[in-house]
Amino acid sequence: MKIHSGKSVNPMIAIGKVFVLESKDAAAKKIKTESSEKELERFESAKLKAISQLEVLYEKTMRSVGEEEAEIFEIHAMMLEDDDYNDEITQIIEKEKVNAEYAVATACEKFRDMLIATGDSYMQSREADIKDISDRLINCLSGKNLSDIELPENSVICAEDLTPTQTMELDKNKICGFVTAYGSENSHAAILARTMNVPSLIGVGEEFLSEIENGTDVIVDGISGRLILSPDEDEILKARQLIEEKEKETLRLRELIGKEDITKNGQKVSVFANIGTPQDLPKVLENDASGIGLFRSEFLYLGKDSFPTEEEQFLAYKKVFETMNGKKVIVRTLDIGADKKADYFNLDTEENPALGMRAIRLCLTRPEIFVTQLRAIYRASVYGNAAIMFPMITSLFEIKNALQYCGEAKRQLKAEGTSYNENVECGIMIETPAAAIISDILAPEVDFFSIGTNDLTQYTLACDRQNPKLGEFSVSNHEAVLRLIETTVKNAHSHKKWVGICGELAGDLNIVERFVKMGVDELSVSPSRVLKLRQKIRQIQ
Amino acid sequence: MKQFEYVIKDELGVHARPAGLVVKAAKEFESEIVITKADKSANAKKLIALMGLAIKQGDRIIVKISGEDEDKAAAEMEKTLSEIL
Repeated sequence: MKIHSGKSVNPMIAIGKVFVLESKDAAAKKIKTESSEKELERFESAKLKAISQLEVLYEKTMRSVGEEEAEIFEIHAMMLEDDDYNDEITQIIEKEKVNAEYAVATACEKFRDMLIATGDSYMQSREADIKDISDRLINCLSGKNLSDIELPENSVICAEDLTPTQTMELDKNKICGFVTAYGSENSHAAILARTMNVPSLIGVGEEFLSEIENGTDVIVDGISGRLILSPDEDEILKARQLIEEKEKETLRLRELIGKEDITKNGQKVSVFANIGTPQDLPKVLENDASGIGLFRSEFLYLGKDSFPTEEEQFLAYKKVFETMNGKKVIVRTLDIGADKKADYFNLDTEENPALGMRAIRLCLTRPEIFVTQLRAIYRASVYGNAAIMFPMITSLFEIKNALQYCGEAKRQLKAEGTSYNENVECGIMIETPAAAIISDILAPEVDFFSIGTNDLTQYTLACDRQNPKLGEFSVSNHEAVLRLIETTVKNAHSHKKWVGICGELAGDLNIVERFVKMGVDELSVSPSRVLKLRQKIRQIQ
Repeated sequence: MKQFEYVIKDELGVHARPAGLVVKAAKEFESEIVITKADKSANAKKLIALMGLAIKQGDRIIVKISGEDEDKAAAEMEKTLSEIL
């Protein structure tokens, strides 16, 4: 028995047998040729063959999976006809007097490098498409065909990485898992694993490939992120139990869709979801969250090389508000600094960034950034049920100043004749001990509180969140943290304000009951945990 | 020569599918069509080059069209862009 670990794409578990998919570099050996004309002809006929294969594949995928997944093959056919790609291959064949296979492989490298150089993660994952069309061409040239592969039942596909062709041409009825040495969460294998709802581990590292052969028994544990080669009886037994439990649990949880978030004695505790971008919305809908308790707006700013425009932000907020169709959406204003940084902000290097110029401090210091965001939120507010929340509050003056900027944004919009909702609720995050302790003073100024347990734990226990070695000291269910939460809830309620929790702790099923007894009104967790939390709440007496 | 500006509204930007549709539209015309984002340009009839511009939501692009059918091409390209991006 040997165990490797990787990043899990889907929290499922499967027991199966290894099927190794070899990469096809071998076919592209460099061979000098006398007749470029003959190689050009071979290339042209391989291209026609490849395009007709793609047409078949498009139809097949369209029928078996859906249009969205099928489109990639239409794009592949267009890429095969791309002028630059064709010119490059033709030139290599003519100038270097080499075989078509080698010319295709060389051109492939050039274009992959070009896409990688864009520095854009979406485009970078498209380099896999260049590789895929090139491999298809090479296979057509050498007369090999992927769909000739006969997969045994319960195959766990193991490869360095997978191309869309590989993932589509394989017989999905016989696949129970994917394991790749490399790959990203946006890779085709990962997307397909989620669609097929089978476990998948990525980034396991090259080592495991040398330890397996076709038919090796294997457990793909997407729950703990483990790949177990030649598992012993004990592991197999445990895996079987987990599979059975998972199946039952999924059925039970699906039944909770459309049900109320309410305890047995009638206390309502709304279960909301946390999101980063509009792309998380399908998960929110699928898991039937009652609202969005934390929209981390900083993801609109990260991974870019300049500030997102007001229009760009407006469209993102509008999309979220519209999609949630009247359910509450709490937008947390920009929380940048500390662990989340973007170069174009030109932030100073700080000795203690977690105690530095971050979140509301940054916004109040650079109001032009803040007002742009507030204008975008207010403009979008007419499309749904919006709420605004300020992060990292420690003092009363911060709230007063922040609300002044809200007033400023609204005044500007009014003067321009742009419509907005006058009654957008404004609340604050309670994530510093200071805010929790003076929550009685802060409550009258706001419409709601949302307790951010991750930072509250960090600041209360003086434990750096980024330091993995502090594990045993950084306990988020520390009595000190819980008492601060309790104080906050009490103070909110005595001023008739509602209060939620949006940190990791909100989804901790062992502690939910205590939050419910404190009277917390809303819990916000990642979309995949919504139904589990609803189930737990409905069990509380 | 014709020229117009366009700001990308699609959430994902010019990813593979819309890039494919832009190329398809551009290939209908004789005119040379060049798309510029910041300091980089690509021929709108070349899919891989266009994808290489990594155009995102909110990006302002400039489309330049020159050739015999530039009037028709400009109108059609602007229409295509507003439909898919």
